[in-house]
Amino acid sequence: MNINRLIKKINPQQVITISSPLLLLLLWEICSNTGVLDARFFPPPTLIIQTMFSLGESGELFSHISISLTRILLGFLLGVIPAICIGLLMGMYKYFRHFFSPIVMIFMPIPTLAMLPIILILFGIGEFSKMITIAISVFFPVVINTAAGVANIDRIYLDVAKNYQANAKDFFLKIALPGALPVMLEGIQMGQAIALLTIVAAEMIGATSGIGYLIWMNYKAFLLPEMYVGLILISFFGYLFSLLLRGLERKLLPWK
Amino acid sequence: MSKIEIRELSKRFDKGKKHIEALQNIDLTVSQGEFVCILGPSGCGKTTLLRILANLEKPSKGKVTIHSKHNSQQPIQSMVFQENGVIPWLTVEENVAFGLKMRHTPEKFTKKQTEYYISKVGLADFRKLYPKELSGGMKQRVSIARAFANDPEILLMDEPFAALDEQNKFILQEELLNIWQETRKTVLFITHSIDEALLLSDRILLMSAQPGKIVKDIRLNIPRPRTIEQVRSKPEITRIFLEIWEHLQHEVKQTRLIKTAMEE
Repeated sequence: MNINRLIKKINPQQVITISSPLLLLLLWEICSNTGVLDARFFPPPTLIIQTMFSLGESGELFSHISISLTRILLGFLLGVIPAICIGLLMGMYKYFRHFFSPIVMIFMPIPTLAMLPIILILFGIGEFSKMITIAISVFFPVVINTAAGVANIDRIYLDVAKNYQANAKDFFLKIALPGALPVMLEGIQMGQAIALLTIVAAEMIGATSGIGYLIWMNYKAFLLPEMYVGLILISFFGYLFSLLLRGLERKLLPWK
Repeated sequence: MSKIEIRELSKRFDKGKKHIEALQNIDLTVSQGEFVCILGPSGCGKTTLLRILANLEKPSKGKVTIHSKHNSQQPIQSMVFQENGVIPWLTVEENVAFGLKMRHTPEKFTKKQTEYYISKVGLADFRKLYPKELSGGMKQRVSIARAFANDPEILLMDEPFAALDEQNKFILQEELLNIWQETRKTVLFITHSIDEALLLSDRILLMSAQPGKIVKDIRLNIPRPRTIEQVRSKPEITRIFLEIWEHLQHEVKQTRLIKTAMEE
């Protein structure tokens, strides 16, 4: 009776969604245990999980995680907030747009990691330089999407605002900001993905802590299960962040 | 008492080397409380005329005067837009209150006004919904309620029912007349439907295309309240219908001739 009800509750779509990663892990486990895959390079998932728990017990793992997350979060905010402000100004005022867009276009194609030496020279090897690195990489997709979001608001809403005598402040809060929000949030999603990529790479190059450092050090020491723990953590947080942002999107855009 | 005075109004759009004479020497006086329909083929500049009155476009030449009541808190004009004029990120309620909120009227008044017109257009049960959840007819109701709630001296309506199906159009036209009869505001209503003009207006202005000119000014003395049945069945109204129809036919053919001549 209870089992029947449980079976009825299960949504076939969800089953399929969960089944593919599970299948992949299972295949990996089997291949690596039977020697189809070299277990030195591809340790079985069960071993990786065991390693994760033992790293967790020593507390070392959590300090790496919290260091990376702090860098991501602060760096993200450091990039997103000015990007939104400048993007809105660029979208709303054509002089701002003409002024800022060449600067954005010049710096955008340079991979942030290629600027890392300069960032290290300017800001030293402390925490701040890592946050700046993330901030820069997040800045571009957000600024471009925000400006595009404002510029793409249907003209008719601008006419409505003007006809109904909206002042500058009301226009900004009731038309420009909410109208740009959907495209802006897409930019923030992109920025979030780039922030993760950047932090790992930045920590590999110039850090003594964090998830990227964990991956790189363990690779150099040939402790591959430990390295895989780092990779799994990255994947987990990437997924978590995009779920959180999607939740935020649903909250902020009930009208979509 | 004249409410709107337009003198020698012209509007030219420059597109590179080409320029389009959208309006040429428009002279028009509209009285207080008059319901005026502007009728003409598409591209005759009727929307441009309305946009100039709505302060969304500047005239190239000439003068537009709107005589407003002195010391009045009322806005001079509000526009009901073609379609999609309802703001998608605001609920029905917020959309209707939009003009009042923008003018920062006292909250009590805003609330009262909004409530009144929401129920007037029959959207009381839908006030918390977003426009995506509404049908085309409901959205135009929101648009109309928004304009009336703002309580302007003049209403400008730019083909508000053009995108609706016939049934919805009839219903909304009658609703509009009901609300209008209560307030007796001066209305300028753009349409390309002769039936619509006959049903709604005291006066029909016929426009010609390129350059946009007012070529005929027809005053209707059909008693109100009118219904679509009357408009369709009364012989004297049919006569006016045919007169307008012939004129429009002529206009459309003329424009086509000019176009082909220009292309050759």
